[in-house]
Amino acid sequence: MIRDSIQAVPSSPGTGLLHRVVAAATGALAASGAGVSVMTESGERGVYAASDPLTERMEEMQFVLGEGPCWDAFTLRRPVLVPDLDGESPDRWPMYRPAAWDSGIRAVFSFPLQMGAMRLGVLDVFRRRTGSLAGEELATALAFAEVTMTALLDQHEEAGTGAADGLLDAGEHRAEVFQAQGMVMVQLGVPIAEAMVRMRAYAFAHGRRLDEVARDVVARRLDFGRDRS
Amino acid sequence: MITASVQQLAKIFVEIADTLVDEFDVLDYMHMITERVAGLTGAPAVGMLLADQSGRLEFVAGTDENVTLVELFVVQNGEGPCLDAFRTGEPVVNADLGVAAARWPRFAQLAAEAGYRSVHAFPMRLRRQVIGALNVFGANPGSDFGDDDTALLQALADAATIGLLQERAVARGDLLSEQLQSALNSRVIIEQAKGAVAQAHGIGVDDAFKAIRDYARRNNRKLTEVANGIITDPRLRQRVLASRSPHQEAAHDRP
Repeated sequence: MIRDSIQAVPSSPGTGLLHRVVAAATGALAASGAGVSVMTESGERGVYAASDPLTERMEEMQFVLGEGPCWDAFTLRRPVLVPDLDGESPDRWPMYRPAAWDSGIRAVFSFPLQMGAMRLGVLDVFRRRTGSLAGEELATALAFAEVTMTALLDQHEEAGTGAADGLLDAGEHRAEVFQAQGMVMVQLGVPIAEAMVRMRAYAFAHGRRLDEVARDVVARRLDFGRDRS
Repeated sequence: MITASVQQLAKIFVEIADTLVDEFDVLDYMHMITERVAGLTGAPAVGMLLADQSGRLEFVAGTDENVTLVELFVVQNGEGPCLDAFRTGEPVVNADLGVAAARWPRFAQLAAEAGYRSVHAFPMRLRRQVIGALNVFGANPGSDFGDDDTALLQALADAATIGLLQERAVARGDLLSEQLQSALNSRVIIEQAKGAVAQAHGIGVDDAFKAIRDYARRNNRKLTEVANGIITDPRLRQRVLASRSPHQEAAHDRP
């Protein structure tokens, strides 16, 4: 459903996959806007995609002010769901909150783009009305966060390993995928995110499923440091 | 059958309730719950599963994390006592694995092969919502739970749910979702750290988990913090096993 909604967004020159993701998320979540900010362990910070100019300003404002749900989602490593900005205590985001309110924002939902220790940034969803993400909306938002994460990972690879290929499709073998990620990180001496990029690229190049590759790594049939191909 | 004294039980319930502290670590907490249940029941294996946003049961903590046992937790996405407890909100107790093939074909076979004789599952409930289940395996016939045991363990599972979600702090559904996502992500960090330690020291992932847990305990550090440190700091990755020299182990084991 999510992939369809992303593909339904017309692509024009200059609009990358991430721009289509935030546009689709805005629609699917009945939001006023959605934005992606990249934040990494190495200190990289920046707005990557925003559905509209106001959302872009809201995203940038968090970096300027150094506070906001986006920061909290990143540092606390969990979603920060604010169904009513006015309902928050005044000492929570003393600068960000009134500024967002004045821009007409009433609710913010921030989702860390993370998988375990790997952190790539945050997906922010804004609404002009108060209220929680209801029913399936939370699951939908988390699925969009996952697609966003995949898009960011594959962007590192020039070749790209296919648009919205789910990271979590490994089903029963999820644990092995993460264990293999930790192993590949050590094999190659690269950061944890890079390990996932390499595993995905390998799986794509060899026409194999990510979980199959992961199981070979865990069983020590495949070593990325040794078997360079 | 549970034979713990009232004092022992009181101590466990206080420990389970004591989560509004700065040092709270969700991974440590989930492991502590499984260990207390194992201690109370004498069960050889206890695990915890939590449902993600799409209702998939994810394994999050176990008294033991060997591959065979973890598989037993993982298959319960499709069938098994935890899935039943999760769906109905009612405990499943004293299920004899010898005659459970019709009920859970794949799970019963795997569990019997692993040497277990019986299985129990207690839903983790918060008001009307079920967020997961506690899974207890029995090795001996006749280790069945009576009604009192079942009530006690269910109360413990419910108390653990409240503690895990730190529900007393703020009673709103959004916080529940936030905490649940945090717990599920912490579990992923452990898997990544297991892989890193296994690779760095040429050991299996089971032993890597034990090494990480032992290191956290010896140094009185949070499991999540150690696991995260292992990913970001190669020196810690080395130290997790390097500090296990016979001399230090002996010094540490002294009462």
